[in-house]
Amino acid sequence: MNTKLIPSAQAPTIRDSVLKAENLCKEVSSPEGSLTIVDSVCLDIAAGESVAVTGPSGAGKSTLLALLAGLDTPTRGRVLLAGQDLTTLDEDGRARLRARRVGFVFQSFHLIPALTALENVMLPLELAGQTDARRIAGETLAGVGLGGRTGHYPRQLSGGEQQRVAIARAFVTKPAVLFADEPTGNLDTATGGRVGELLFGLNTHEHTTLVLVTHDRELAARCGRVVRMESGRVL
Amino acid sequence: MNLVRLALRMLGREWRSGELGVLLLALTVAVAALTGVGFLVSRISAAVALQASEVLAADVRLGSPQPLEEKYFAHAAAEGVGSARSTALLSVVFNGEASQLTSVTAVTAGYPLRGRLLVASEPFAKGIPAAGIPAAGEVWPDSRLLAAIGAHLGSQLSIGAGSFRVARVLISKPDQGSTFAELAPSLVMNAADLPATQLIQPGSRVSYAGLFAGKREQIEAFKSWLVANKRAGERVRDITEASPQVRNAVDRAGRFLSLASLVSVLLCAIAVAMAARRYVNRHLDTVALLKTLGATRAFILAVTVLQLAALALLAAAAGAALGFVAQEWLLRTIRGLLAVTELPGPQLAPAGIGLLTAVAVLAGFALPPVLQLARVPALRVLRRDVGPPPPLVLLAFGPAVLVVLLLIYWTVPETKLFAYFSAGLAVFVMALTAAGLLVVYLAGRLRGRVGVAWRFGVANLSRRRAESVVQLVAFGTGIMVLLLLGILRVDLNGDWQRTLPPNLPNYFFVNIPPAARAQFVQFLNAQGARTTKVLPIIRGRLTSINGKPVEDPKTGRASEEGFATREQNLTWSAELGADNRIIAGRWWEPGDTGKPLVSLASEFQESLGVKVGDQLTFDIAGEKLQVTVASIRKVKWDTFQPNFFIVFVPGVLEGAAGTYMTSAYFTPGAGHSLAQLAHQFPSVSIFDIDELLTQVRAVLDKAALAVQSVFLFTLLAGLTVLLAAVQSSRDERRYESAMLRTLGASRATVVQGVLAEFTTLGALAGLIAAFGASVGAYFMTTRWLELRYSFQWLPWLEGVVGGALLVAVGGWLATRTVIDQPPLKTLRA
Repeated sequence: MNTKLIPSAQAPTIRDSVLKAENLCKEVSSPEGSLTIVDSVCLDIAAGESVAVTGPSGAGKSTLLALLAGLDTPTRGRVLLAGQDLTTLDEDGRARLRARRVGFVFQSFHLIPALTALENVMLPLELAGQTDARRIAGETLAGVGLGGRTGHYPRQLSGGEQQRVAIARAFVTKPAVLFADEPTGNLDTATGGRVGELLFGLNTHEHTTLVLVTHDRELAARCGRVVRMESGRVL
Repeated sequence: MNLVRLALRMLGREWRSGELGVLLLALTVAVAALTGVGFLVSRISAAVALQASEVLAADVRLGSPQPLEEKYFAHAAAEGVGSARSTALLSVVFNGEASQLTSVTAVTAGYPLRGRLLVASEPFAKGIPAAGIPAAGEVWPDSRLLAAIGAHLGSQLSIGAGSFRVARVLISKPDQGSTFAELAPSLVMNAADLPATQLIQPGSRVSYAGLFAGKREQIEAFKSWLVANKRAGERVRDITEASPQVRNAVDRAGRFLSLASLVSVLLCAIAVAMAARRYVNRHLDTVALLKTLGATRAFILAVTVLQLAALALLAAAAGAALGFVAQEWLLRTIRGLLAVTELPGPQLAPAGIGLLTAVAVLAGFALPPVLQLARVPALRVLRRDVGPPPPLVLLAFGPAVLVVLLLIYWTVPETKLFAYFSAGLAVFVMALTAAGLLVVYLAGRLRGRVGVAWRFGVANLSRRRAESVVQLVAFGTGIMVLLLLGILRVDLNGDWQRTLPPNLPNYFFVNIPPAARAQFVQFLNAQGARTTKVLPIIRGRLTSINGKPVEDPKTGRASEEGFATREQNLTWSAELGADNRIIAGRWWEPGDTGKPLVSLASEFQESLGVKVGDQLTFDIAGEKLQVTVASIRKVKWDTFQPNFFIVFVPGVLEGAAGTYMTSAYFTPGAGHSLAQLAHQFPSVSIFDIDELLTQVRAVLDKAALAVQSVFLFTLLAGLTVLLAAVQSSRDERRYESAMLRTLGASRATVVQGVLAEFTTLGALAGLIAAFGASVGAYFMTTRWLELRYSFQWLPWLEGVVGGALLVAVGGWLATRTVIDQPPLKTLRA
């Protein structure tokens, strides 16, 4: 698979901490009273590192991911993303930070059905106010092997192809951190394997920090570090 | 970033994906309904105004007891306004020894500027339009004059010092007057012959009139100039003083058209709200994703508002174009009915109103739910169950309520009516919501007792409780207004037919001497004419109100001057006419006979600003008579029955010298009888109103046609609601259908379930709608349109059966593609 991408000029050194969780807690109210989903989690992830978060269903993996990416706010504790304390930012502030620093890949791809593959990849660039979005997005799509499918809509692509578009979209802004939530969960083993290859290839090539939540042992095993969760706690 | 570009590009993509179709359709229909009716009403009103101006024989008429200065005509010519002169005086016309006091009108070329002179070659025959005016040396006397003096075509008549040949018989002239001030027979002659008669001497009573007509803008400017430059004693009249009969009918039709178009707009607003809801539901994920990718709330808001603005523009353009085409088509089809040869061009204003409507409907009905989109948390990308926090009730419904109220107020600016309509609508929507909740609850209880398909369908109603209630309210409102329009249309047409039956009195007889009264009625009966009541007429002048002389003009408005200084026709009557309704005070009882009481028509009361209890003083043949206003009457002038502005209680006026009047229907070709009548009762004035009736009937026919065309817009709007309602639940249905079929249900079972659901929904909505429509029709018919209400059963049947059929068929058609989709495809997506 072709993984040739635009070289990154400002790749951080591996020693820098890019993502840090301090005593992170998330509680929600339920009919039975308060429920702790994430319980006093501390994490320190260095730039360029690849980390897998694993654990059984309901362990709090996805909630932790949401907190780390600033999609949700913790009940207690704080998250430092690229040196910025997320708990001091409002929703828009967190969104602006994500636009500059964060990429996402989801289990169900989350491509916008009304947009073509190219337009889906252009979107984060347009949101970040980047000129030349079309050219960069085209090159990135070619980089994931979909140069010939730019005009196709998501419904015209296979699951694996959709996920590759999603990966191109995640990497097109050269984010500091890429969060992936079960990126191979909806794919067969072979396709999942290829998607995993692409992710790690880009992780290495772009020096992007990779934080992925997965049940896939093989995928987890390829990460530099595995964080195992159970009942909201990191074991 | 170029926000506008991105917003428009996304809009384009949405459009390609077919998401915006229903939203745009609903908006377009709303705009088309309003602009179409706007164009139509403005053009028909202008056409009717043209017809109404025929009563003046001009657009503007300047009347004076003194000769008119040349400057008026010079200014008219300079401004490109056409003009003509008419000089009227009373003179005795001789045919040999026979003579008759006659109203002689001398006119210049171009007369009449509006309307037509109808002439014939024998008395009381059907008139044909005359080409021009009488040539010098010729006169056109009317049938009554010829009958009275025994003249015929070719006779030589003496008028003053001149002698003139009868060239034509005058059947009608446009400005012969709808009041009975001119009681004498009439004759038209050429103004060039007037000096030869030597009739105008110092002290002669002569009415001079300048007639002016032109394009609307020119005539408006000219009228203002005229009002500013006229001399004291000169009076400017224009089409706003056209005959009340025509005006009443047009006002009523205009109200109905506005109501019908408003109903279409409100229906479309429901469709817009539903389409917006679906739009929001379909975009929750996209917005969450955009936020995840870094979009701020302001960005989402800006993109959304820009998209809505673009949609509003698009719908306004498409709707205005559609509205224009619709009214153009309609006017072309009814052109034959219009008496005017050239229709005034459409004004641009309705197009602007269309755009405002689109913006208002979007702002009220689409913006609040769409604004919710900006509040979708980014977390939704990981947890599908997370949606936007519920909006404040005020923010969710406030704008819609405000827009509805504004639209209603714009359509019916009368405070009382506005309150009635708004309150009625609010009560109806609340009743529908309550009924909807009840029905949904009952459906939940009943589902165990029906077959599987019905259980599935009815269960759907109770499971999607909120959606079911919303749909019930929408369908109910839609069906109700359609039924309401249907009932009102029947009432309106029925009332017009009752008002103007074919054998309506077409001749009025005035100036019947009291001594000849019995003999006259006997004569009419002997001729087989259908007669109406015989009423006394006393001439009198109002001199003071509560002791203050009325000659003090309060505001200087022409109509007030007219009412105050004009000699009035007074009558007395013990019974209130069927076409009269007391709106203030009370009608007299037997015990009031002989008391100084008077009843006024509302127009008279409004113009003079008097109220019940005020003291009016009349001068009747030099005698002062002070009376108290006992009641105010609303008179339906369009019944063409003899009616009076001022009616006294019996026993007050009987001593005064007066005459009698009556009306009768003569079949066409009764010329001989009328000639005989004119000969036998020379002092009686005969007014032929056949021409006026024809004119009014034409106006009413036009109005009825316009009403029916607007009805089509409402139907279209109703169908749009159905489409939007079905589309809003499409995704859920697709999934349910796939699930059911996967579990082994046959396609027929799924279809039956859908049909059961929509049939139940439609029938219930129809039932509630029929109830609402009947109550609404009662109030609107009696309170607003001032017609008689008759209960109809048919709308109930139409409501229930029609509602069930319409919603079931529409629902089935709209969900067919969903049901037909292979289950695997849906479940995999």
